Amino acid sequence: MASMRDIKRRRSSIQSTQQITKAMKLVSTVKLQRAKGRAESAKPYFDAVYQTITSVLSKTSGITHPLLTGSDSDRVGIIVLTSNRGLAGGYNSNMVRLIRDSGFDPDKTDIYNIGKKGRDGLKRGGYNIVGDFSDAIESPAYPDAMKIGADVLKDFVEGKIGSVYLAYTRFKNTVVHQPTLLKLLPVDVEGVHDEYEVDDDAIAESTNTKDVVMNFEPNEEEALEMIVPKYINLLIYGAMIEAVASENGARMQAMDSATSNAEDMISKLSLQYNRARQGAITQELTEIIAGANAIS
Amino acid sequence: MAEGSKFKLKVITPDREFFEGDVDMVEFNTMEGEVGIYKGHIPISLFISPGVLTITADGESKNAALHAGFAEVLPDSVTILAEIVEWPEEIDVERAQSAKERAESRIRDVLEGTDIARAELALRRATTRIDVAK
Repeated sequence: MASMRDIKRRRSSIQSTQQITKAMKLVSTVKLQRAKGRAESAKPYFDAVYQTITSVLSKTSGITHPLLTGSDSDRVGIIVLTSNRGLAGGYNSNMVRLIRDSGFDPDKTDIYNIGKKGRDGLKRGGYNIVGDFSDAIESPAYPDAMKIGADVLKDFVEGKIGSVYLAYTRFKNTVVHQPTLLKLLPVDVEGVHDEYEVDDDAIAESTNTKDVVMNFEPNEEEALEMIVPKYINLLIYGAMIEAVASENGARMQAMDSATSNAEDMISKLSLQYNRARQGAITQELTEIIAGANAIS
Repeated sequence: MAEGSKFKLKVITPDREFFEGDVDMVEFNTMEGEVGIYKGHIPISLFISPGVLTITADGESKNAALHAGFAEVLPDSVTILAEIVEWPEEIDVERAQSAKERAESRIRDVLEGTDIARAELALRRATTRIDVAK
């Protein structure tokens, strides 16, 4: 049996770990609230852009545009969002696993990476990382999304990659986070519609009240070319916000269970410590009594 | 101005609601040139190019620097989906000034591989910021 001192030392070490996990949990709770708020303020903008792109697409249905059809290249570009920091449960490894299990050939895949943890995991998997924007995930900002969007779109237009996917962790609620692979290019409005649970009623209502024929200046085809990049940027921005929310949600959960595990261990060790103390006292008493008996 | 000449203007960006309210007129710069919009305009979608956004309500006008995005115009409302828009007090004039000089020198001494279109866009953004901040 371990000595009293050993047990005591171990217990205080677990106690200080528990303090850290408790603090980390509080921090991620606050960050999660902030990310949620940001997601809410982006929602009206997202709905408006989505509505415009569907209206442009419905008018350009006869047109075969490179942005809608894609190029012949068989290379796939994936924008992968993970976190820069660990200790978030399965958050990062789930994302890496999603990419590995998605069936894309690592030799034919170009990764536009956001987040150090994902970069390390994918590098080990033999994926080709063409861009790293890990700093952007620290505090998602729209200009960062614009920069990433511009890079990806340039490679797509030049035919370096034939299709573009966005891999991020969807934030369903505080406890459920779903790694998701979303097709960005060629433009696939239906998929985005299902993925984002776009509020159809609200959109239908707003289009009904302004039951009008929308004109475009410049014409629809040019409008398409103008709006698709904005739409891509917006999806990337939205994914960044959701990824941050998921990361903090995952960390909150992981730290919560770490804290309660520490609690369990502390109570077990306390019991052991008390038993050892009791044992030592009993032994001392027995020794004293035995000694006294021997003298008398 | 008479009652009934106003329309609803909303300027939103991905991270905030920049402006919302009833106004008499809104002016901004588009790909096709500068426009001024009153109530009752035909429905149209316009793409914004860098320029000054002027919002006029009750004889008072407010300026802002509007750099990118698009606008949806309807007879009784205008929604500007701005990617970048700033009030004068949010602009860092010194930074804009140095960006302007940088862009000008890029355009003046063209080096191999210089993206002229990008430099011109940067120059226009910088001059817009300086104009608005004045």
